[in-house]
Amino acid sequence: MSSRIVPTILSRPVYGTLTPTTASAHLLIADADGGTAILDLAKAAPAGFFDSAEVCYVPGADADFSDELQQLSPRQFHTSPTIQALLPRLSRTFERLHMGTSVYLAGSESLIGLATQSAMQAGLDYQALQTEHRGTLARRVQCVHCKGTTENVTTQPAECAHCGLLLFVRDHYSRRLAAFQGVNINAEDPTDVPPKIEEFT
Amino acid sequence: MATPAASLPFRDETFRDDFTFRNSPETVLRAPFPFDKDSYMYAVNMELHKDGRPGTAFEEPIDVDEHYVSEMRDRALVLDEDPLRCQSLPHMTLAGWDTLELLMTCKAESYPEWFSLERNGDQWRWINRPLGIDDTFTFGDETTLPYGPLEYITRQAQGDFCVLDERQGNFWMDAGIVTTQADWSLDFDIGMNFFEWHAPVPLAHEKGIFKRALKYLLSIQQGNPARRLNWTMTVNPRLDTSPENYHQWGPENTHITPENVGDKLYLRIELQSFWRLPRSNALLFPIRCYLLSMHDLTTVPKWATRMHRVLKDLPDEIASYKGLDNYRQIAIDYLAPYDDGKPTSKGPFPD
Repeated sequence: MSSRIVPTILSRPVYGTLTPTTASAHLLIADADGGTAILDLAKAAPAGFFDSAEVCYVPGADADFSDELQQLSPRQFHTSPTIQALLPRLSRTFERLHMGTSVYLAGSESLIGLATQSAMQAGLDYQALQTEHRGTLARRVQCVHCKGTTENVTTQPAECAHCGLLLFVRDHYSRRLAAFQGVNINAEDPTDVPPKIEEFT
Repeated sequence: MATPAASLPFRDETFRDDFTFRNSPETVLRAPFPFDKDSYMYAVNMELHKDGRPGTAFEEPIDVDEHYVSEMRDRALVLDEDPLRCQSLPHMTLAGWDTLELLMTCKAESYPEWFSLERNGDQWRWINRPLGIDDTFTFGDETTLPYGPLEYITRQAQGDFCVLDERQGNFWMDAGIVTTQADWSLDFDIGMNFFEWHAPVPLAHEKGIFKRALKYLLSIQQGNPARRLNWTMTVNPRLDTSPENYHQWGPENTHITPENVGDKLYLRIELQSFWRLPRSNALLFPIRCYLLSMHDLTTVPKWATRMHRVLKDLPDEIASYKGLDNYRQIAIDYLAPYDDGKPTSKGPFPD
């Protein structure tokens, strides 16, 4: 299964395919369908790869690969109920990460984006992270007006969960905020309310 | 902020609410009109920013005009409402001091009657007469200023300022103060590289504009600043056309009529300049905004003619990106009587 993401403008992230490296240690972070990217990587990984691997996984309601991932026998296997719940641990994990550890991120753009943000806050270069998109196209969207971030946006346009303005979801993306930009779609005429279309599913 | 002395030539005016902003005839004539021919397309229109032509906005390296005091009052209002308009990532403090030094020395040299800088080692005394400021501080010690160095000096300088860090053969927008912008958000774009923050611009990427522009900018050295002009249009003389407040000013885009277009629709000119900074090796990127009403343009026949032709022939994609769709035709109709169909003289300056 490959990503359905189409490259558009240059700030819109694009993702690759996870490839096992020969690093001395490995940190693999995934949510939901991203678990299958780790399982696929495992097929190409050299013997002993998972002896030095930590896997952090957020199962999805319809996509839970916890058992299969655990069968890879990573040195450390951790599950979190949500991405938000995983973030405090990730922050500490990145802070104490040993030089030469390979980092792999797979799954939703929210998981990849938030893990990248956490890594950057710990001083890692985002270009050193391997990423692979699998599963939902749901977006994190920052409202440029009230600055609140709305999770799991699937429609175009979408309502801001904080201030209620109807937002056009742009492809313009901030790695620092781990969010796409939302701009009021009917500012010139608030009575003009375009229908919502399921675009990011 | 102190009221400037009556003898100083600064207008008392607003860029919001009652919009009392006006240009004097002299200020119209010295504006950096952005079209050097009768049509417009994106280009790497860079030139050296030195030896400025007398009587123009290019005369001094950092231009101060009759709108200075009122623009600074508007900036303070924006920052009070939204402190996210001025941000600096932690590694950019040194570049902030570089910026402070550059702006203070340029202004003191160009306008000694308004600004003066006394340096005694690290002890600096800065006097800004138009704004009633007389501060003594220790260069390099943030605790001796009321704001960080970037915010302190750019609260006293017209135009937005982006500070670009150079890494990996690219520029990264890692600090800035942005209150007079053409609808882009510093808070969203901070931390992006040159291609990323320009990502939403149509057509120019395909033409290779940004690759060539970046190459040029990376080659800029200390003491050899460069500049280019950019433009858009704005309804009412509103400096702060931010995306943050778009839901508030957006409705004004539909308020242009054939009756009010002359005084209510503005050509918004950006004089962008690029300065290599000495300690940080960062690039300072001031974006200075000049506003000319359609009526102002008609006082300079060549400019009215040229504006008419540019608007008529502008590719639709660029017009939409610049947000001109609501009023473009009204502006064309308003300017048409000023276009005699004859060739215009070369270059941007009035005849």
